[in-house]
Amino acid sequence: MRKLKEFVIEKLILICGLASIFFVALIFLFLLKEGLAVFKTVSPFNFLFGKSWYPISEPPQLGILPLILGSLLVTLGAAIISIPIGVGCAVYIAEIAPPRTKEALKAGIELLAAIPSVVLGFIGMVTLVPLVRSIFHLPTGLTALSGSIMLAFMAMPTIVSIAEDALYSVPKTYKEGALALGATHWQAIWRVMLPAASSGVLAAIMLGIGRVIGETMAVMMITGNAAVIPNSILAPVRTLTATIAAEMGEAVVGSEHYFALFAVGIVLFVISFAINVTADLFLHKRQ
Amino acid sequence: MVKFEIHDLNIWFGSAHAIKQVNMEVQSNEILSVIGPSNSGKTTFLRALNRLNELNVNYKITGAVELEREDVRGIEIEELRRKVGMVFALPLPLPLSIFDNVAYGIRIHGEKGKEKIEEKVEETLKQAYLWEEVKDRLSESAFKLSGGQQQRLCIARTLAVGPEVILFDEPCSGLDPISTAKVEDAMVKLKEKFTIVLVTNNVKQAARVGDKTAFFLSGELVELNKTDRIFTAPKDKRTDGYIRGKFG
Amino acid sequence: MKNPYRTQKIAFFFLFLATLLIVIPVGLIVVVIIQKGFPAINWQFLSDIPRQGMRAGGIFPAIIGTIYLVTGAIIFALPIGLLAAIYLSEYSKDNLLTRLIKLAIVNLAGVPSVVYGLFGLALFVVFFKFGASIVSGSLTLGIMILPVIITTSREALESVPYSFREVSLSLGASKWQTIRHIVLPNAIPGILTGTILGLGRAAGETAPILFTVAAFYLPQLPHSIFDQAMALPYHLYVISTQVPNVDEKIRYGTAFVLLALVLFMNLVAIIIRYKFRKKKKW
Repeated sequence: MRKLKEFVIEKLILICGLASIFFVALIFLFLLKEGLAVFKTVSPFNFLFGKSWYPISEPPQLGILPLILGSLLVTLGAAIISIPIGVGCAVYIAEIAPPRTKEALKAGIELLAAIPSVVLGFIGMVTLVPLVRSIFHLPTGLTALSGSIMLAFMAMPTIVSIAEDALYSVPKTYKEGALALGATHWQAIWRVMLPAASSGVLAAIMLGIGRVIGETMAVMMITGNAAVIPNSILAPVRTLTATIAAEMGEAVVGSEHYFALFAVGIVLFVISFAINVTADLFLHKRQ
Repeated sequence: MVKFEIHDLNIWFGSAHAIKQVNMEVQSNEILSVIGPSNSGKTTFLRALNRLNELNVNYKITGAVELEREDVRGIEIEELRRKVGMVFALPLPLPLSIFDNVAYGIRIHGEKGKEKIEEKVEETLKQAYLWEEVKDRLSESAFKLSGGQQQRLCIARTLAVGPEVILFDEPCSGLDPISTAKVEDAMVKLKEKFTIVLVTNNVKQAARVGDKTAFFLSGELVELNKTDRIFTAPKDKRTDGYIRGKFG
Repeated sequence: MKNPYRTQKIAFFFLFLATLLIVIPVGLIVVVIIQKGFPAINWQFLSDIPRQGMRAGGIFPAIIGTIYLVTGAIIFALPIGLLAAIYLSEYSKDNLLTRLIKLAIVNLAGVPSVVYGLFGLALFVVFFKFGASIVSGSLTLGIMILPVIITTSREALESVPYSFREVSLSLGASKWQTIRHIVLPNAIPGILTGTILGLGRAAGETAPILFTVAAFYLPQLPHSIFDQAMALPYHLYVISTQVPNVDEKIRYGTAFVLLALVLFMNLVAIIIRYKFRKKKKW
């Protein structure tokens, strides 16, 4: 009797252990199921590189290049802001901050990670957007730049915590060796610690960027949502994620528009998959 | 009576050959001391008797360990480990109260009666010479006991499931001389009822409590004989060298 | 050659600056929301339904909707996540399958939240015909927080010393008995931490519920789990971007309640973790 019970439980544990694989496969499968239908009306090439996104015109024009470029622009801006600040903060926490400050800073970073993106979007709308508008004398502050700044804040917790981890796990002897040779603390960090932790730091940056590309609500609320190819960081843009979030509510199930939005989902899924697998490889290389 | 018979025992962990072609017997109601330098295969040998080696992933075994003429691999593993108890090198109380540490094994083996469990706990704590010291604080955490008390608690816990054999894996390595003496006393009393295999890196301890002593070196059984023979007239030069402290 | 100590001073100054550039805005965000949002909070705001096209009244249905969603998500994700964590910590061997599972978890954690929304729409709303409902939303959120629960639970299980398992097995306990009576009870604080973090994440997410459950304006409480519901994060989105002329107080008040809810859960998780670390017996 006990044997039977344990047999059942252990099988259940195995099944749940496999659940993650099952769900990833299921997500991909359902995205494909709904998204691939769009390629009956538009070729994959024209879908990815078509310059106009007018999904409800007749006939619909389903080119997502403006959205891809919108995402890229916002992401690039966010990366430029968040990478130096994030890695710098990670070095500060791992190497320089005294223990109590360190704990407080880590808690602060966790706090930032916990703030819902819709709240950050809201705050961006009421503070950052007017600021950007008045600084650059623009007709609207809903620009790629505003999105980049806000998204930088969403990437930072990821970058800081993973990079800090990577620095922390560099063997102490490396640093001690450098210091023993007469290097200053900074030289030890710059020439020894950071190179030794480089693959972890790289993974941190990639995962941070992954978070940015996938971010939806904040970006939708503050980038202005103009589905045109952006010509400046101070122009409104629309990202892949925001397009799905903003338009799926109106798309009729089974329409071209509906399929197209799922195809955008496939693109996002593939991007995040690639980023995560690569980052994972970097993290494992470290060990 | 012969308790364990070991035939052509070989054990590997990955490519490391930990036990090499060991043949021996373990008699009941006596203490067999197993001595040897570290990495000589003593603990691996001990863990072959209750199949605890199997927790290791790269483990491979040939030959046979027989408990009362039955191959241990044929015995249901929970039943084997109930019969062949083990006391570890460091005192390892479970994160439970003193009482529950001893009661844990009893409950695991299906005993539900509250009074029966209480009876058994008291009986085994007495056998381990711990009852007087803890009888008023049974509900306290076991981690509050001293190292020596913890180790005797571990002995009581092992006794509580009703073993026939008790394996001691360097049970005094973390203890001071007084605690060690108490544990040794307990062992000597226990052999009246149980078969005891004691792995120790303390040659003097083997001489004090062992009826027989086996000397392992690099996974081989060099010599097995009555303890006084081993210590007065060892047949093998290596045994002689080890007990005189020339290496190890 | 420059003076290395001067270089160090300059470098450290910039590192400190970088840290400030993160910390100060975070502090400001929290302070601003508290300062402007707290005065909006009163009993009526928390207990009343939205009125006049969400320009007045309270946010009660949104609070309740979020509670339903989060509860549903955890009912789904906790058992699966915990068992998956047990598998990884106690049963898995170092082989390709385990590697694949870990990779799958990393990927689940990285899938953009709006893609979860699409997935929930395709699977639960359309394929299983649950419609836009609390069930669909909860299941979507549940899958989304699965990696959080698995990862933290697994860490908690693995932090239980291996020797306890050996002792239990050596007494003749079966593997499951050992897990059930020795490993799990000692991992509970860590598992609880992970669960609460998952709850906080589920409570704050908007994109996954956009098309699976969220109602734009539904001034009543849901009657069954197959009803649509309002939810706090979506409500905040709606009143900040979709409805013109909403009083700033209501927006800040809603942001405050959402932030307070999420941060409170995180705080509880941090406290549990801290107390557990202090009390650790081994």
